[in-house]
This record gives sequence, C-alpha cells and structure tokens, in this order.
Amino acid sequence: MAAITPDVYLSMGLRSSEYDLLLKRLGREPTLTEVGMFAVMWSEHCGYKYSRPVLAFFKKYKEAMEGSGLENAGVVEIGDGLGVTMKVESHNHPSAVEPYQGAATGVGGIIRDILTMGARPIAGLNSLRFGPIRDGEDDPAVVRRNRFLFEGVVAGIAGYGNCVGVPTVGGEVFFHARFSGNPLVNAMCVGLLECDKVTTAAASGVGNPVIYLGSATGKDGIHGATFASDSLGEDNEAKRPNVQIGDPFAEKQVIEATLEALGTGAIVAIQDMGAAGLTCSTTEMASKGSVGMDVDLDLVPMRERDMTAYELMLSESQERMLAVAHLGREQEVLDVFHKWGLPAVVIGRVTDDGLVTIRRHGKIEAQVNPKVLTDECPVYETPWEEPAYFNVARSFDIGKVPVADPQESLLRLLACPNIASKRWVYRQYDSEVQTQTSVGCGAADAAVLAPRGTLKGLALAIDGNGLKTYLDPFVGGQLAVVEAARNVACTGARPVAATDGLNFGNPEKPHVFWQFHEAVRGIAEACETMETPVVSGNVSFYNQSDLGEVLPTPMIGMLGVLESAERRVGMGPLTDGALLMLVSTPLNVVPQSGLGASAYLAEIHGIENGVPVPPNVPAEHRLCRFLEKTIGDGWVEAAHDVSDGGLAVCLSEMAMASGGGLNVSLDSGDRLDAALFGEFPGWVVVVVPPARAVETAQLAERMALSATLIGAFDAGSANLTIACGDATIRVPVSSLRERYEHAIPAAMHVEA
Amino acid sequence: MNVAVLRFPGSNCDQDALCSLREDIGVGAQYVWHEEDALAGFDAVFVPGGFTYGDYLRCGAIASRSPIMDAVRRFAADGRPVIGVCNGFQVLCEAGLLPGALMQNASQKFVCDHIWLTVANRSSYWTRHVDRVLRIPIAHGEGRYVADEETLRRVEDEGRVAFRYSGPNGERDPRFNPNGSMDDIAGLVNEAGNVLGMMPHPERATKAILGGEDGRLILAGLSLVGA
Repeated sequence: MAAITPDVYLSMGLRSSEYDLLLKRLGREPTLTEVGMFAVMWSEHCGYKYSRPVLAFFKKYKEAMEGSGLENAGVVEIGDGLGVTMKVESHNHPSAVEPYQGAATGVGGIIRDILTMGARPIAGLNSLRFGPIRDGEDDPAVVRRNRFLFEGVVAGIAGYGNCVGVPTVGGEVFFHARFSGNPLVNAMCVGLLECDKVTTAAASGVGNPVIYLGSATGKDGIHGATFASDSLGEDNEAKRPNVQIGDPFAEKQVIEATLEALGTGAIVAIQDMGAAGLTCSTTEMASKGSVGMDVDLDLVPMRERDMTAYELMLSESQERMLAVAHLGREQEVLDVFHKWGLPAVVIGRVTDDGLVTIRRHGKIEAQVNPKVLTDECPVYETPWEEPAYFNVARSFDIGKVPVADPQESLLRLLACPNIASKRWVYRQYDSEVQTQTSVGCGAADAAVLAPRGTLKGLALAIDGNGLKTYLDPFVGGQLAVVEAARNVACTGARPVAATDGLNFGNPEKPHVFWQFHEAVRGIAEACETMETPVVSGNVSFYNQSDLGEVLPTPMIGMLGVLESAERRVGMGPLTDGALLMLVSTPLNVVPQSGLGASAYLAEIHGIENGVPVPPNVPAEHRLCRFLEKTIGDGWVEAAHDVSDGGLAVCLSEMAMASGGGLNVSLDSGDRLDAALFGEFPGWVVVVVPPARAVETAQLAERMALSATLIGAFDAGSANLTIACGDATIRVPVSSLRERYEHAIPAAMHVEA
Repeated sequence: MNVAVLRFPGSNCDQDALCSLREDIGVGAQYVWHEEDALAGFDAVFVPGGFTYGDYLRCGAIASRSPIMDAVRRFAADGRPVIGVCNGFQVLCEAGLLPGALMQNASQKFVCDHIWLTVANRSSYWTRHVDRVLRIPIAHGEGRYVADEETLRRVEDEGRVAFRYSGPNGERDPRFNPNGSMDDIAGLVNEAGNVLGMMPHPERATKAILGGEDGRLILAGLSLVGA
C-alpha cells in the first residue's frame, strides 16, 4: 500500500496537526479509506470544530452534548400525543456551482434528516440569498449569473419538493451584492410524529443485521462535506463532481418505505446517509450505541462495478438510509423496501468489539474506533476581534441624510426585490400537497398548517437579516429570533421552538468569528427570554468567494402552535369599518431614529450604514402573548408586523390584502421618513372591530405594551392614504400592487 | 359507495384523495396498489395526482401501462365513474381513456395557485352538480392541454369539455389560463361522460380550513348515487 503523503491528506482538507492526531489515535499508518473518513468526519461540516464552543450558548445543545446526545433534542411536543421535529440545512456551496441540483439535494437531505426521526415530513421552507438581480446593480455578467443562480435554485427546490410531495409553505429571499459568488440556500423541513414513536440512531444488539436501504451508491458527491468546509474559488467548476444529483422520485419511495418499515417494529435504529454518506452513518450509529459494526462493502448496491472502498465510503449519493434491524426480522424490512421498488440489502452486523470494520474484496480497508471520528474532532478556539466598521456604524449620523419624498420612496421600496412580492418564487412551489396547508405563502406573516389528527394549528416562519447582522451581529441575532417569533404570533400562534441556520464567512478570520460569536450570543439570549429553545441547527462557514465574503446571516426557523387552527388570521381580507391599531413594545434605545441598517436607507439613499434598533426582548415576549390571546379569542381579524421598509410598507401590504382601501393617520415625530420607513422591532398592526378598540388598548396597557388607533379599513375605497404630519401619501392600491407584483418578474425579464 | 384510490410509485396526492373522500365527502375509499389487476367491490375510481415514476418518461406514461390500468379500462367501458386529477389526468390520457395530451406549461414553470373554473358541460356524471364558477387549486408543471385540430373539434362539438379556466364571472381571457391550454381546457370527459380528467385539484378544496370547499360540487356526485 502506498504511504500517505502530506499532499494526500492536505488535499482532503486535513491539517498536519490533525493528521498527527489521527496517527496517534490510530496507532499506525492509516489506509487511504481511513484518511478520507477522518477528513470528512473532522471537517467543520460534520465535526463543528470551530462552532462547537460558541454553540454552547444554546442551552439544549449544551445539555445534549453533555448528556444523551443531540438526536432527540429536536422533538417538540405539541399535545394530543404529537410531536414536531424541524431542522435547517445549508446547501450553499453546491448551489453556487450547480444551482438546480445543489438546491434540490439540500431539500432532499433535510427531508431525510426529519424522516430519520420517524416523522413524516409535512412541510418545507427555505431561506435564500443571492447577489443583485436588477440590471445595473453590479457587473452585467455578475447580475446575469445571479439571475441564473436564483432561477436554478428556485427550480431545484420546486423540482424536488413538488415531486416528493412535501409542500413548500414559506420562506424568504434577499438580494445583496455580498452574496454574488456565494449564494445562501438554506432548506428547512418540518415533520410530525407520534411522540412515543421517536426513533433512535444508536445501533444496538450484537449480531443484529445492518441494512442498506435506498438508492444505489455512485461516484457522485465524493467529499461533499469537505467541499462545504472550504471557500469557493476559481476552481468552482472543477468541483462540479462534488455536487450530488437528486432523485425526488426515489426519495418519495424512501419516505413511504421507511415509515412503513418503522411501523413493522423490526427496526432497532435508523439514520439517513447525508454528508459523508456511509462513513458518517456507520460511525455515528456505532458510536451512539457504543458498539462496533462490521460492514462488507461488496454487498452495497452500486451504480458502477469498479468502486473502491474509498469511493464507497465517501460517496454522497442521495436517497439512502442505514438501519439496524432485530436479528431474524430483517426480511420484514427488506420486503417493505422491495415492495416500494427500492434496493435493500443486509451489508453487515453489529459487533461487540467497539470498532467499525469496513471490508472490500475480502480485505479490511478501514478499522477504527468510531468515537474517535465522531467525538474527538479537534476543537479550535479562534481569536475574535471587533472590526473597525462596527464603530463607524454605531456613530453614523442620520442627521446628514435628507428626508426623501415619502410617496416616491414608498413606491420604490415596494418595487425593490427585497421587499417586493415573492409570488414569482412561491408560485413554483406546490404549497398545498398533503392538504394540510391552511395559510400558504404570501397570505400571512407565517404559514399555518392544520394537520390531520388534531384541531391544533402549526405556524411556521423563517427569518434573518444579513445587513442588520453585519452592522450589529448581537442585535441581528436577537432580531432574527424576535421577528420569527412575531411572525408566527401574527397568525395567532404561540412561538414554542426555534431552529437555526448559521451562515458565515471564514471562521479563522477574527472579524468573522466575532460576527459569529455575537450573533449566536444574541440568538441564544433572545431564545431564552422568548421561551423558544433552539432544538436543532446547522452551521455553514467559509461562505466566501473571489467576490468577497457573505453578510453574516443567521436564519431562524420558528414553530408556533395554535390551540385552534380555525382561529388563524392573515393580513386580510378585512371587514368594512374595521380599525387599524399599532401595537408596540417600549424600546429602550432608538439609535439613528430607527433608520440605521434600514431598507429605506439602502434602497433610497444607497447607504448601508448605521445600526439596527435593538429589540426589547421581554416586551416582544409579551407582544406574542398579546397576539395569541387577542387572535385566539377571535377579536383580531388580521395582523402584520412592521419589518423591512417600516410601517408604510407594512400598511401597503395590508392594503393589498384588504380588499379595499386604508385611511391612516400617523404622527411624523422628529423625522417624517423615520415615522414611515423606520424599522422598529416589536411593532405590529392589528385589525379589530370598532367595538373592541378600547378593550384592545386596555389589554395592551395591562401587558406594558401600547396600542394606538392609526386608521380604518374602507371597503368602498381603492386607495391607501397615509397622512403623516404635513405630508400625505395617497396611492391607488392597484398601483401598489403593480409595483409590488411586477418587480421580480421584471428583473427576471419575464411577464408577471 | 366505495372508491378505489389508485397508488402508483410516485403518487403523492393519494392520501389527500383518500382523506377528502372519506372525511369530507363521506364515502368509502380504499387504496389500490398499481400491481393489482382487478377492481372488484369498487363503485368508482380516483386516479390521484403526483409524479408517477418521477415523470421521468412522459408524465403518466409508465403508470398507464400498470396492471391496474387494464382493470380501469374495463371499469370505464362498463360506464362506471372514473376521475383522474392532475397526474391522474395525464395517466388517463396516456391510457387512451381520454383524447389529447398534457404538455409543459407555456411559462415553462411549475405553477401552484387557485384558479377559476367554469363548467362547460353540465350533463356528465361528474359535472351535473356544478352550478356556478368554482375556485379550485392547481399545482402542475405539465398541464397545457393539447390535441390535434380534428380531436379538438370533436371534443368541442360533442360537448366533452368539462371545465375551462376562466375569470370569476366565467369570462374567458388568456390571463386566466394558467398554462396555455388549448381552448382554456382544464378538464374533459369521455364520450359516455363517466370518465373525467382534470388538472385542478377538487380534493384539495373540500374543507373550509384549507381555503375553500368548491371541490365538493365535483366530488359530491359520489355521495348521492350508488351504494
């Protein structure tokens, strides 16, 4: 056997010090297959070697790492014996290289993560970031590439999600030059299961058969996890073979077969084959169960005959699962998979020697203690440093920014792709398959599902703001949490749990690690106060390319529960004469009049500076309870939070959903533009019948919030009218819609 | 009334159809696996939507060659009710039970939306209870109905167009046609009127909490006749 030279392990992403550790732990020279296995398991993608110390901010994560492991942390009990599992996964690098397949396999991977818990995947969401798509916003070739990536990613999510029959019910898209070259593609999946049927990934029972389930293994996606743990560069195109190819038809069969096979009771443990494929599934299952595993690769279904042990262990071919069955009951599992037309083969046994042994052509190709791979990945404490730009942002002087024309600003903001309707996107997603979608994309601040078997509703949202997080990472982290919580609360749900997708640049750079550290601290603190524990998550580093590093973008997926799905509300339609009230949290500090890091400043003035307003997190918690009560009691008929573009954009969106017109009157305060476009966290517009206005204000006051009457809905009107100080905006709702609906199709050069 | 809901590899609206029929329409419904070759004991057949065999050949082409489809042909020839929705419509066309074909949407994109449907033939088994314009969900990438000129004329002359895409008041306009179907055709029936294929999903619109109940008017026929 050829000796392993430094260029071999370095090219796989292992450092010299890590290789030395490997030698020490193995006590001998490794085989090529073993080096490959170490390289993927000790990559950031699988080993979390930079993020682990910071993730300890998350209570559940810390408990899980110190206790029984992470796998069951993800089940949220919602009552009626039902549990929800959810998780976000990034597929940024594959999507930068091959957008359709990159996004499609991201969806497929996260669906299997949910399936592996024994849950039926019931909904998908996604959070996407691309470079600018409007002509003139960047170099023409870059803009064309951004559009190509955007179009391909959306088509990939649609192509996979629609076929596999998991409705895509929500998401967000944001465009910024810092994502040119390195888009962010985070897919979230939500599953529903009976709480007493949660599965485990811990292999057990010496002699029990290890069963390979699902599609055959090919040479695709080899070293995908290592690819994900490196920066994108000029050799992107050469990395196309690292991208896996998705087969949603096979995935659909895997879902049905897996759930049916779990129903037989013959399965002891199961895990999907995701990043690092057979390497990850064999070593993690053995490690979690503190057992050994003896696997004969000759038995693995293969797409090509000549595959080596190295290729088989490192392949990330999709739509595969690994299971351990009770001895003697393997045929029950095999029969179910065969009925669904899928390969299913016993490839090994659980052993008591504590080693994972991998054989190929009768030879042992790898033999390692799995715990070394899963638990002993070196952890790096990176120095972090507050970058100079943060001080500049904090001392930004809003006084030097002129007040722009309000009506023109509003129309421009509505036509900005970041704010404009994402209908062009979500119309491509089947949001209703499984017939549990009560509120789909675009009709409310969150999607609402009405699952069979319960009267409860599930509200789902995903949120994050990279620009705000860049300008103040701690506040950006907090804001992602409170906004996601507020969004589900605006449907009437109580926010109960969060999942995160943390997307950052190169963690070895001190300013990036500072961004990461601060953002995670903000998320963890906010989740604690909001009583929405982070139950799962994903970290994606090295999001940078020749065009620079991405805006630090933590995305928060939020689950809310409605006691009665029937009580859910959206943004409209409204009842004639209903009143609009602005419910708000008291803010401790309002830097830069609420215009720092705002969409107004960026889009109208071309300034990306200043800092976002820090949320009053305890008050946000009360605000969510206020919404839950008033909507649950049936007196608030619509609710929408103030987000990008401020109150004027919020009111425009409500006007478009209302079925008529709105007449609103606002205080202009110290700046007209701040009153209209300032981005104040903890602001929600609720719509109530006139008879309930006083009660609404009183309840708000009792909860240390305020509720102010700002206007009314007029079914006979076709205009949005906002009087603000001396200025008046008066626009036909049809003009708002024209701007709002056509912006993205126009940028993509297609008809709306 | 006992409805057979066919299950092919890749069907993904099978559960939706089953639940809608049982829970909302109030008739019996059972899954029937594609490898079965008989429909004994069933009074109607529902061919559900999805992506049979991944739509990797022409949509519905492989499923239309399944053993169960021979049974469906015999069942239909006996004049008994058969409905195919979305991919199920494609399967019925590929099986030769309905004329024409469904091609990629004119936009070349998958489209999920709620559209207006005007009933064009009110005398068939499936359309006899439809007395107004319906609001029904669609979700398909290949729903553009096409047929050669002669077939199209025959279908029109024989009054076999069941539904057309329209505006809320029944008005016909290209902007209300979501996929570029010829003559705005959203669904059609066979000569005897017992076999209906349609792209929109009535089974997704039988419960108020899902946003509408207009699908009941199409499926209601099942609960009003038969066993």
